[in-house]
Amino acid sequence: MMSIQRDDDFEKRSLHLKNLTDEELDRRFWELADRIVEPLIDLARANTSPSIERSVLLRMGMDSFQAGAIVTKAVEHGLLGKGAGNIVLAYAKMNSLTLEKAVEELATGKGWEALVSTFRGGDRNAAR
Amino acid sequence: MLPVNEKLRVEEILKDLEHYAPKRKGWSWRKKLPEDTKVNGFYYDEISEPLKNSVGLPASHYFDNIDPQPDPVITSEIASGRFEDDVRRMRMAAWHGADHIMVIRTLGQSHIDGLIEGTPEGIGGIPITRKQLRATRKALDIIEEEVGRPINFHSYVSGVAGPEIAVLFAEEGVNGAHQDPQYNILYRGINPLRSFVDAAVAKKIMASVDMLQIDGAHNANASAKRAWKVMPELLVQHAINCVFSVKAGMRKDLISLSTVPPVVSPAPEFKLNFIYALTVRELFREYRFRAQMNTRYIESDLVDATRIHVLDTLISRLTKADIQSTITPDEGRNVPWHVNSIRGVETAKHTLVALDGIKDLLKVNEEVVRPSIRELKMRAILMMEEILEVGGYFEAAEKGFFVDNGLYPERNGDGIARPKDGGIGAGTVIPRDADYFAPVCEHFGYNRIPEGLSSPDEPIGGCTLHDRSKIKYIDELDESDNVNLRISQQLEDREKGLISPEVEWWGDGWVQLDMTIPDDPEHSEAAAIEIAKRMGFKDASVISKTILHPVEGTYLELKAKVPFKIERNSLQLPQKPDLLSEEEITAFIVEHPMRVVAGTVGNDEHSVGIREILDIKHGGIEKFGFKYTYLGTSIPPEKFIDAAIETGADAILVSTIITHNEVHAENMLKIAQLAIEKGVRDKVIIISGGTQIRNDLAVSCGMDAGFGRGTKGIHVASFLVKKKRELLR
Repeated sequence: MMSIQRDDDFEKRSLHLKNLTDEELDRRFWELADRIVEPLIDLARANTSPSIERSVLLRMGMDSFQAGAIVTKAVEHGLLGKGAGNIVLAYAKMNSLTLEKAVEELATGKGWEALVSTFRGGDRNAAR
Repeated sequence: MLPVNEKLRVEEILKDLEHYAPKRKGWSWRKKLPEDTKVNGFYYDEISEPLKNSVGLPASHYFDNIDPQPDPVITSEIASGRFEDDVRRMRMAAWHGADHIMVIRTLGQSHIDGLIEGTPEGIGGIPITRKQLRATRKALDIIEEEVGRPINFHSYVSGVAGPEIAVLFAEEGVNGAHQDPQYNILYRGINPLRSFVDAAVAKKIMASVDMLQIDGAHNANASAKRAWKVMPELLVQHAINCVFSVKAGMRKDLISLSTVPPVVSPAPEFKLNFIYALTVRELFREYRFRAQMNTRYIESDLVDATRIHVLDTLISRLTKADIQSTITPDEGRNVPWHVNSIRGVETAKHTLVALDGIKDLLKVNEEVVRPSIRELKMRAILMMEEILEVGGYFEAAEKGFFVDNGLYPERNGDGIARPKDGGIGAGTVIPRDADYFAPVCEHFGYNRIPEGLSSPDEPIGGCTLHDRSKIKYIDELDESDNVNLRISQQLEDREKGLISPEVEWWGDGWVQLDMTIPDDPEHSEAAAIEIAKRMGFKDASVISKTILHPVEGTYLELKAKVPFKIERNSLQLPQKPDLLSEEEITAFIVEHPMRVVAGTVGNDEHSVGIREILDIKHGGIEKFGFKYTYLGTSIPPEKFIDAAIETGADAILVSTIITHNEVHAENMLKIAQLAIEKGVRDKVIIISGGTQIRNDLAVSCGMDAGFGRGTKGIHVASFLVKKKRELLR
């Protein structure tokens, strides 16, 4: 786990690069960068976080308190993987509420048990 | 438009903020003018469109007050903790040529999991909130109209609330932001997974409004003990953020690498800095460059900081900079002051304009630089090979690959190690389920949009990026910490007409003193503080010390507070000279031709000033028809009188710059005395001029008038005509 100490072995280590042209060096640099980043972008594609979900709620027109309260509840109830915005929309639809009213109820803790049973049927983690 | 002679009123900016919408979004580059653009007789190759209102460099009045604007965007970092004072400084910076205002966040905001609201005071920066952003943007919208160039507003999309901050910035017209997940991991101790997952979403939102991104690699430079050893790693960090950003949806021309020259003198600076700058610009040629000044080595000495920054900017011009950042030279001693923000901008503008076209004058010696460039690239490639060998980025970060003080592949074993499952926000990344849905546009990653929808935000009738009316604005939350309380002092002072000095906040009372004490540093420091106390200052402290010699002398700079305010109405302003019009002077001289004799007196070789007063080319009195006899420099007092008698002159113009041992006063007295002795005092007008001359001083030394700094030919001509009229009566 800890960091290692090593003398500069550049001469030996770079033998396979010495004969590359400038263009080939640049190409190799960018190929390697791409290989390092690919799994990172895949990780980002398949996952979410409380901040991401709060950002979605903000863009749906909620204020920062409402967004914070709903995401906290969604995490507690294991529903964040559905998408916080998705949850709010589903709750409004289930109860024929306006978006504002749904937000108000969810932010104050109402309706979460019902949401858990509604979403229970959904596939978990399938996006991975 | 705000009239240029009116103050920016914070209380006006705060009005009706709830309904304020930014005038535009997205990043603006300067509009470059063609090569060989002529400005008042000079040809420039690297300038951009001029400003409507600006303050030129100190020497600009020698060049008809031109203020050519270099082509790179110039940054000023402004964040004192109170945005209401920062907006005034932004106006000052914009007038000096800054068009990128970077607002630092308050200490600790990157660890707040969510948004802050209201306008609390910050420490070393601003708590970024919607209200604060909106007010600042509104002020900048006013300022950009005044200077006639778009001003880019910039802050940080980092920390554990990155996606939310990105939304806030996109909604409120922030034009640029730092975003680099590696920065969160290495320097903010945020969980590595969370950093990358959040970053992709944040970047996509930034891209949706054409926000410019600056990365965070330069922090390795600022953090490593041996900043020049991390050069290969810097290339790797830049590459990781660049590729990740492009894959998240950003355009390459809106991704700017933050790059800093790694060393300063006494190291052989250019051998390292120039090679590094060439390498990074060659590898990342499709991207943009934000050249940052070096902060790593800045002590409390403003002049030293300025020297460093001039040379940093030379690197920018010799290679390429799309954005030239500035660092206030006082960063090493306090939260930057107004004047030093301006100094920083001036240093950048001065150097960039000075080096206009330098790349056509000089050629890089490929033979010398190429092997070093190749070696640096290879070292970076080797590092990436090993990152992949150990399993990838997270594994490498865990094993302390980054900010190691060895020149890779050398490893010093002191890198920053960050475990994948550790840090702030660990365990908060959650897989998106198959039925995951986010009903907003521009959302990065997996999103199962229900069938039949034309866009993901259809169920909510468009998200806030399309419908501003949906944005929820929160005003204030803390009754004891907000802008309204803070500006009450400002409003009261303004109403009562009270003035006190300031360095960063309205009337904060701070001033700077400097002195040289002929003693060792310890005694000098104690003496300086005692002197300030006895002068009536409060809270005096030494902010910088320069040893002139271990015992012969110490130069000190102090800050201290002025414990009173001045009533503006009670101030006596020096009377402005009552000038005659050019036509009136010329007409008088036609009727009454006047002749003068002029020169510099005593042992004084400074002839530039007197030539300007005389010569037609500089708008001197010759222009109005005066005839003159220029006696030359270092003229003895007697010769002025003799020459006046010989030529039948109406006036004597005595120039005196040197003031050592009051020699200027002595010479004036001598000339006046000789004129009396030779019986011509009542016939000949005698005036003196020089940078240290004041009218009252000259008159007390027997002159008819004295002219100081800033005098033009017309001032002297006006006086001569008026005095001659008196004599003719």
